[in-house]
Amino acid sequence: MYDCIIIGKGPAGISGAIYISRSNLKVLVIGKDDTALKKAHLIENYYGFENPISGEELFENGIKQAKKQNIDIKNDEVVDIKWNNNTFAVITVNSEYEAKTILLATGKSRNPANIRGVKEFEGRGISYCAICDGFFYKNKKIAVIGSGEYAIHEAEILKNISDDVTIFTNGRELPQNRSVEITNYIEGKIDAIKGKEKASKIVLEDNTEYDIDGIFIAEGTASSVDFAKKLGIFLDNNNIKVDENMQTNIPGIYAAGDCTGGLLQISKAVYDGAKSGLSIAKKVKNI
Amino acid sequence: MGKPIEITNENFEEVVLKSTDPVLVDFWAPWCGPCRMMGPIIDEIAEETPSIIVGKVNVDDEPELATKYDINSIPTLLLFKSGAVRNTLIGLHTKQDIINEIF
Repeated sequence: MYDCIIIGKGPAGISGAIYISRSNLKVLVIGKDDTALKKAHLIENYYGFENPISGEELFENGIKQAKKQNIDIKNDEVVDIKWNNNTFAVITVNSEYEAKTILLATGKSRNPANIRGVKEFEGRGISYCAICDGFFYKNKKIAVIGSGEYAIHEAEILKNISDDVTIFTNGRELPQNRSVEITNYIEGKIDAIKGKEKASKIVLEDNTEYDIDGIFIAEGTASSVDFAKKLGIFLDNNNIKVDENMQTNIPGIYAAGDCTGGLLQISKAVYDGAKSGLSIAKKVKNI
Repeated sequence: MGKPIEITNENFEEVVLKSTDPVLVDFWAPWCGPCRMMGPIIDEIAEETPSIIVGKVNVDDEPELATKYDINSIPTLLLFKSGAVRNTLIGLHTKQDIINEIF
């Protein structure tokens, strides 16, 4: 059992891990390498660098710094978080871990899915949570929109409810070495989701139409905001709402960095990480 | 008013459809994270708003009611007035948002 599992290894996650580790607590950082920071060509506005540094180098330095402090870092993808009374189970593509607290620090998608009809039919045939809403589509035609392990995870949950589950990759390819063999998928680019009272059709750019009863959105890698929606964490304008200690409305779940909104800057992410790390250390010591 | 009323297929007509007061009905399920977080908010609304009746439908126990009102996503709040649905609010919301948007 970890005292804290941090999801995301960018500046917020690593800063949080350093503060938690320095409080002599057991912390695990899980994340993928595709962070927003790595895409920053040269950083010229962050304190302490006489010469600009690339985002990639700063990202790698952060990880090296954490490893030097014996912080456990795993390169894996989190696909689900489960809340069991006072502990949390973190499910990754390869494993499962348990923790007393969670820090959400995955950053935020800079290019959210923009398929016509998604907003219009939210809650009316379009859902973001297979566990919550799969129940309403027993033995019906279900679509999962997404192309990564997150979409595969959601599809696997839904296969317990219906035999008719299709992944729509929206023009992308499924992972080559995927965790589960998937045969029922469509790779065409989606033009729109259509329907009357409810979403009832996925229309591809080549005008092929697929009748569906329910659509679950699981694009890309699950972000902090995706986890928040499933767990019941309050959002404000798609940013995670936190209190002055960076804690969400679920006791024991904290959030830091871009996913909480405000300045999308390294300096702010580092502050959030430090603040949440100290708050988590205080909380765990009082459990 | 006190606590929300457990609404079932049996008492639905009596509690919701025949009510002369507005009735706020929360469709929820125990496995749904956002529903768990909204539960205490619904309790507070029941406590603080004596002018309305507040009820809860566990969709796991009462799937017919969920089907009848075309519930596809939980939590969903329906506001009934004189036996008809007057307003719908889907998803997790703060107490203030619920009060602002549904009443």
